[in-house]
Order: sequence, then C-alpha cells, then structure tokens
Amino acid sequence: MNRLLILGTALAALFVTPAMAQQPTKLLNASYDVARELFVSVNEAFVKQHPGVTVDQSHAGTSKQARSIVEGLEADVVTFNQSTDIDFLAKNGFVSKDWTKAFPNNASPFYSFPSFLVRAGNPKNIKDWSDLARDDVHAVFPNPKTSGNARYTYLAAYAWANEAYKGDQEKIEAYITKIFDNVPVFDTGGRAATTTFVERETGDVLITFEAETRGIVKQYGADKVEGVIPSVSLLAEFPVAVVDKVAQKHGTEALAKSYLDFLYTEEGQRIAAEFGHRVNNEKVAAEFKDQFPAIRLVNVEDVFGGWSKIQSEHFASGGTLDKLYGSR
Amino acid sequence: MSTVVKGRKPPRVGDQPLFRRALIGIVLVLVALIILAPLVIIGVEAFAKGWAVYRDTIVHPDTRHAIMLTVLAALIAVPVNTAFGIAAAWAITKFDFRGKRFLLVVIEIPFSVSPIVAGVAYLFVYGLQGIFGPVLDAYGIKILFAIPGIILASMFVTAPFVARELIPLMQAQGRDLEEAATSLGASGWRTFLSVTLPNVKWALLYGVVLCNARVMGEFGAVSVVSGNIRGQTNTLPLHIELLYHDYQATGAFASASILALIAVFTIIAKVALERQGAGRVRSDPLAAANPAEKAS
Repeated sequence: MNRLLILGTALAALFVTPAMAQQPTKLLNASYDVARELFVSVNEAFVKQHPGVTVDQSHAGTSKQARSIVEGLEADVVTFNQSTDIDFLAKNGFVSKDWTKAFPNNASPFYSFPSFLVRAGNPKNIKDWSDLARDDVHAVFPNPKTSGNARYTYLAAYAWANEAYKGDQEKIEAYITKIFDNVPVFDTGGRAATTTFVERETGDVLITFEAETRGIVKQYGADKVEGVIPSVSLLAEFPVAVVDKVAQKHGTEALAKSYLDFLYTEEGQRIAAEFGHRVNNEKVAAEFKDQFPAIRLVNVEDVFGGWSKIQSEHFASGGTLDKLYGSR
Repeated sequence: MSTVVKGRKPPRVGDQPLFRRALIGIVLVLVALIILAPLVIIGVEAFAKGWAVYRDTIVHPDTRHAIMLTVLAALIAVPVNTAFGIAAAWAITKFDFRGKRFLLVVIEIPFSVSPIVAGVAYLFVYGLQGIFGPVLDAYGIKILFAIPGIILASMFVTAPFVARELIPLMQAQGRDLEEAATSLGASGWRTFLSVTLPNVKWALLYGVVLCNARVMGEFGAVSVVSGNIRGQTNTLPLHIELLYHDYQATGAFASASILALIAVFTIIAKVALERQGAGRVRSDPLAAANPAEKAS
C-alpha cells in the first residue's frame, strides 16, 4: 500500500513538472547537435544580463529537432544550422512565414562554410577544391545522403566546379565523381568522419565547416592537424527563429526575442567567434581578423537558385547526387 | 576391458586434444576481442585524462541527472513489466481462451520491431500531430519530450523480456501442480503464490535482470521521444552520445563506465541471489512448490 502511494506520488510529480516550465523565466533553445558548448557559453552570458532566467538546451540533428517541435517539444527558440528545417516549422505554423526578416542577416547571427583540415605541415600540399580530384588525394567527409554537413561539402565542391568549368555539366559531374571515388569511407555523420580522419588517420583531407575544423584543431592539437582555407566556398548560415506558437503559450515572446537579439550583440558575436564562427559585427570581426583569413563566399540563391531547387534537382531521389554517388 | 569400451564408443567432436585446445583458443580469442576489449577500452579512455577529469564528469549536474533519470526509468519500467510478464505468462500457459495465440504474437512484437520504429510510433500516437496529442495538450499533460514518454518507450521495448523467460518454462511444467492445489482447496491467489511462483522464480529473476539491463541501455526509442533536453530528459545513453559528439571523448567514456558498472552490479546481484537460493530449490522443485510439505 505504502509503495503504491510512493509510486503514485512519483507519477503525479512527473506530470506536474512540465507545468513549472511555463513560468516566463525559462527558455528552451532547440539547437543542432554539435552546438552544446557554444550555447553553454552564450547562456551564461545571457543569464548574467537577465538574472533569474534559465535557458535549457536541447541538442540533436536539426531535422529531428524540427520534427520533435512539431510533435510537441516545447522549444521557445530554435538555433539551427539548416534553414530548410526552420522552413519546415514555418510550413507547420510554428514559426512565422517571414522568419528570415525577423532578425538581421537573413536571421543568421553567424556563419561558416565548408573548409579543409589537413595533416600538420600539409604534406600533400592541398590548397583548393581542384586538389581533391588528384589521384593521390583522398578526401574524408560523411555520406551526403545522410549528413547535412556533407551536403554542404557536395554543394560547395559543385559551386567551385561550376565556376571552374564554366557550367560545363559533363566536366562538373566528372569532377564530383572523381572526388567521391577518392573517398576511402563514407561515415554517416560529421563526428564519425572526424574520428576516421584524426584517430584512424585515414585520408589526406577532412572537409567540414570551418568552425568545426577549429574545434578539431583545439581538441587534437596543432601538431597533428591544421586548417586550410580554399579559394572559394559556399556560405553556410546558422539561422535562428522564435517558435511563436510555443512562445505564445509560455508567454515568453519578449524573452525569446531578446535571447536571439543577444546573439547579435557585441558580446554574443564575440562568443560565436571564439567558437570558430564568422560574424558580421565589424568590431568583433576586426578583433578576430587574424584567425579568419579572407575567403570569397558564394550563396545558395546565386549558384543554385535556392534550397527548394537544390532539393528537387540534387537531393531528391534520382537527382544529381543519386546519379553521381551511385551505388557506393 | 576399458579399452574395449573406449574403442566402441563413437568418436565425438573435440575428442582429440589438439582440436579441443583449438576450439577453446578460438572461443577465448573471440571473447577477448568482442567482449573484453571494448570493456577495457571504456575503463582506459574514461581515466585517460586522470581521476580529476573523471570525477568532474561524474559530478557534473547533467551527468548526475542523466544517471538519476536512467535509474528512475528502470525503477518504474521494470516492476511494471515484471507484473505484466507474470500475468501474461500465467494467462497464456495456465488457461485456454480465445485469442491466446494472438496475445502471444502481440507480446513478441517489441522484440521484432526496431526500437526506432517504436519511438516513431509513439510520436504518431502521443505527438501533437498524433491521435491523442491534441487532447493531452489541451489538458496540459505532457507525455512526449518529458519523463513519461521516456518511461513509456522503455516499457514498450522491454515488455516481452519477463514473459518470454517465463512462458517456455511454465509450458514445460504444465498445469498438474496448479490443478492439484486447486483440488485441495487452495484459492487462485494462494496457488499462484505457493505453487507457480516458486517454480519459476529463477527464470523470473533472469527476465528481470535482462529487462533492467535493456531499460538502462535503451537508446533508439528513447532518443526519438526524449527531446534531448540536457539536465531534463537526457538519459545516460543519450548523454553519452551527446558528449561524444561534442568532442568530449573522456566525458563520454566516463559516463559509459557508469553505465557499464551498473550493468556489472546487476549481473553480480543476479549471481548472488542465484547462489543463495541454489541447491535448496533446484534439487527438488516439488518440495518447495508443495504447500502441504512446506507447512509440515
């Protein structure tokens, strides 16, 4: 009998707990999988300015996060690494349709791009995208069919080839096929590819976001790996949005907005830069100038005509990626 | 004489010493490579950066919460599934009724379904876009992306463990003893407690241990319904993945070592319990099963 009582109380407590989450001093930020440390720092700084507020963090692949929010994960804000996943939320009525206008720079407080990580001293002298098609160069990146990170790599390589071969479809596709041929192993995600490259010492160059390459150098040491910036790459935005439907329910609209605004402040931008992201704030960008060599970035709209076009032409089943990736 | 007997014996696999040693050798090597090596690596990597880093990981609020949550899930899911497993096995083996075969199949389903499918199925039932989601939301009850969802998913995945251990044994034992007890005037409850339960308690224990291990280690289904909120809905396995993806290999292995330790303790507890009760019951199940003899 006693045990039943305890069990009952415990169960009741479980159901009551979420009610406490509805106080307006609490935010839940649903973010991408490798942003945990970044937002630990951001939240610390934000809470200092807003005493009494707590910011909880949820991290997973952003497609999964978007799906979870639609199914009931009560995140007040999202900080993603793919705009298509916020579009999915907008389509389902959780985020306003014009979310890209709600915050500066396309609602992307910081940005990055696919970049190179090579072994210390760059023994194979890998400088640019053209080197990836050399016979003696083996690139490592995850499977573009399962990893958003690798899709950026694919698109960046495609964008470079599109310029280099002046839109000659045959040459572009031959180039991409050649890179794919040289990849020793396709892991399912970015983290696994890093392990393959750094710990199993497979391949000559790892391709991932510049911000990631900095984290990897920090983790494994500059005596093992070093970053190389290619001549041109594809702008990768990190879009943010208030999840209106949830924020309205929690009464946290104002707090949620000020949280995302904070990412654009000098302090927020400095934290992002410390974690290897490029920022638009001129003062902070100048401070970190030495760490971020200049690079020419092209964007998805100009090269490919937008994400929906990429989806239908490249990533849909039977699209260009399927054709080039083949039956690997 | 003995040589004659030996000569007539048909040759068996493993009779030759060389062959036998090779077999044992292969087994030992495989055990070392497949089971021991990963366990050792967990320990080595967990302490790779020293005791201080290990301790910091373990006492970190997020890790502590993950451990608590995993234990809580087990504390609820295991007793519920044990009761369910006993009831299901009892019903299936001791009674005849319509739909019995169907019930057997239903109990097996969580075994054959991938946990990720179970998780997604829960989304479609309890999610906001699912069948009950809107109603639950209207009443402010949160199941998914909160602790109830994690416990439900764990229970689904481990539902068959106890029943699966009990059913074959109870089928083999038949119904004679229960029928005898009933004919001697024992009530159904009394029959169950004094006859059925003592006969199956080792199988039951094994089922509970398996169930517990699986609840604590469950990843796929829980991953879908958890929402991955650190310090709130991250179970230990999810926490390990999070740390690993965050380039905190040491932290991930330190957390993994806790999970492994819990598993080892479970097995030790099972062996100890078995030792304690072995001999007394195993040698003569009827002695313990027969209430009349017990009373005398």
